[in-house]
Amino acid sequence: MHLTPEQQALLDGSQGEVMAKVVKTLVMYGETFGAERMTPVTSTYGHTVISFGLGVMKPIYDLYDTILDAGIPAGQKFTADPRPLDPNVPASALENLVFKRFMYNQQARYEAQLKRLGVTGDDGYTCACYFDEVGNTPKRGDVLSWAESSAVVYANSVIGARCNRNSGIIELMGSIAGFVPEFGLLTDEGRKATWVVELRCKTRPEPQLLGSAIGMKVMEDVPYIRGLDKWLGTELNDAAKDYLKDFGAATASNGAVGLYHIENLTPEAKDLGEDIIAQNAKSFVVDDMVLEQTRKNYPVIWKDPDVAPKLCFVGCPHMSLSQLKDWTDAVEAGLKESGRDQVAIPTVFTAPVPVIKEFEKTPYAARLSKTGVVVSYICPLMYMNNPLCKSKAVITSSNKLRTYTSARYYTEADILKLITGKEAAK
Amino acid sequence: MRTFHGRVVVPGTCTAEALVSRGGFNTLASYQMALMFGDKKVKCGDQNNPDIYKKPMIGKALCLPMTIGSTTGGMVLYAACSLHKQPACMLFSKHIDSLAASGAILGDVWTDQNMPVIDQLGDEFLEYVQTGMKVTVAADGAVTVE
Repeated sequence: MHLTPEQQALLDGSQGEVMAKVVKTLVMYGETFGAERMTPVTSTYGHTVISFGLGVMKPIYDLYDTILDAGIPAGQKFTADPRPLDPNVPASALENLVFKRFMYNQQARYEAQLKRLGVTGDDGYTCACYFDEVGNTPKRGDVLSWAESSAVVYANSVIGARCNRNSGIIELMGSIAGFVPEFGLLTDEGRKATWVVELRCKTRPEPQLLGSAIGMKVMEDVPYIRGLDKWLGTELNDAAKDYLKDFGAATASNGAVGLYHIENLTPEAKDLGEDIIAQNAKSFVVDDMVLEQTRKNYPVIWKDPDVAPKLCFVGCPHMSLSQLKDWTDAVEAGLKESGRDQVAIPTVFTAPVPVIKEFEKTPYAARLSKTGVVVSYICPLMYMNNPLCKSKAVITSSNKLRTYTSARYYTEADILKLITGKEAAK
Repeated sequence: MRTFHGRVVVPGTCTAEALVSRGGFNTLASYQMALMFGDKKVKCGDQNNPDIYKKPMIGKALCLPMTIGSTTGGMVLYAACSLHKQPACMLFSKHIDSLAASGAILGDVWTDQNMPVIDQLGDEFLEYVQTGMKVTVAADGAVTVE
């Protein structure tokens, strides 16, 4: 890799041994992928995937102490993934004890570190940092040093920014150094589609199911998707962006997709058309049968598959303001049909703090509260990372949450039927 | 017995028993419960990976096409290395992915643990190697399976 004299000096220890190791890490990372140079990070803010102070991850916080103690100048400010705890989310006394005493006993230490490292503020904790309300929305073409698979795939695909699927820790090192190795999704060649996915569904495919099917098929490759504009239109309005947020999260968690192109909709597909498809791209046809088979293959790991659900999470990744409003309307309508006042299953909708604040300014907040649904800034994935949740029947419309936890996946329509008591879980 | 040649990502040598994931290895899903609750055998917790679900991973020669899933993946591997709970080595049939590379490099630069990592061993490697076989990694990236 060719480094500038300034970068070489850092590697040689001009700012101390710790900064040299930060740069060495980035150099080795780039060389593994054939990067020939570093490129400046151009976004205003970074984003870190690590938001949790897990006792078992103490080596990470020790590493951050090493960086902080070395007096390395702060890099760009950044947002962080959602916090793992929120007292508003239903939890038993035992769960609260496990969370605070055993699992997240490094939370206060880590949040203090994040303040020193440059987190944007108390409202900066969300996986959907790119929402307007949160304010970490990069520009098209910006080079990012982000981690959080759902945010990276959104920034690349929907915004047209440029970011590799960086890991936690590496992303912070890029923000500190101010440069990242140029390879993969930072290059024009790396952004070409190597799969063409043809949609032949009779109805609008469920975003998180479609994302799952495509992610499992193409893994880390870049898919170009034909036929989705039939349902989403050709403008990136709120509905299309919400769909793509959830779709992308499923491609990234069920596979390893960092960028997708939607014909006639996402910026690079619109500008470049089929020129963005690489030669010899592979093909994959998705129809209703493929989606149904994908769903049927999900294992149910509840001890008793027939037990009644105890909790429902919607919002992994975090919900947008329009999603909160739409779900409020849908829950109210569903409850009316089933003759109930409140949801049949304790239900949590998750969203970023700034979105929740905006939501609370609207009449929807009081209406949703009446239905019994709790709105929280929590990370449901972190909430479910405890052994007690293994025996807790949690349902979700999130394919990401399903992938990493024992939560059982249902389509959004089925979740609505279940939480409004129109249908019992099967 | 067969020998395959790959590219050295993290140098080192070792001999260990193979643990084979034919599909993408989801690092977070595989490690999170084992690390969180101090499972000494570090049994794989990924329900979606029938090849290795519930099988011990510590000290094994982890053979895989690539890793998939959450971008916490590299951080999780780094934590596994720091806690001395990493596999003996990681052997990729394909080009290593960015998350696994991050974890392997973080482990190499920031810890005193050695976990050799070889990639680009080819599809034939993953077709040939079976869980339980003996795997020897040489310093030049040669991997012998017997």
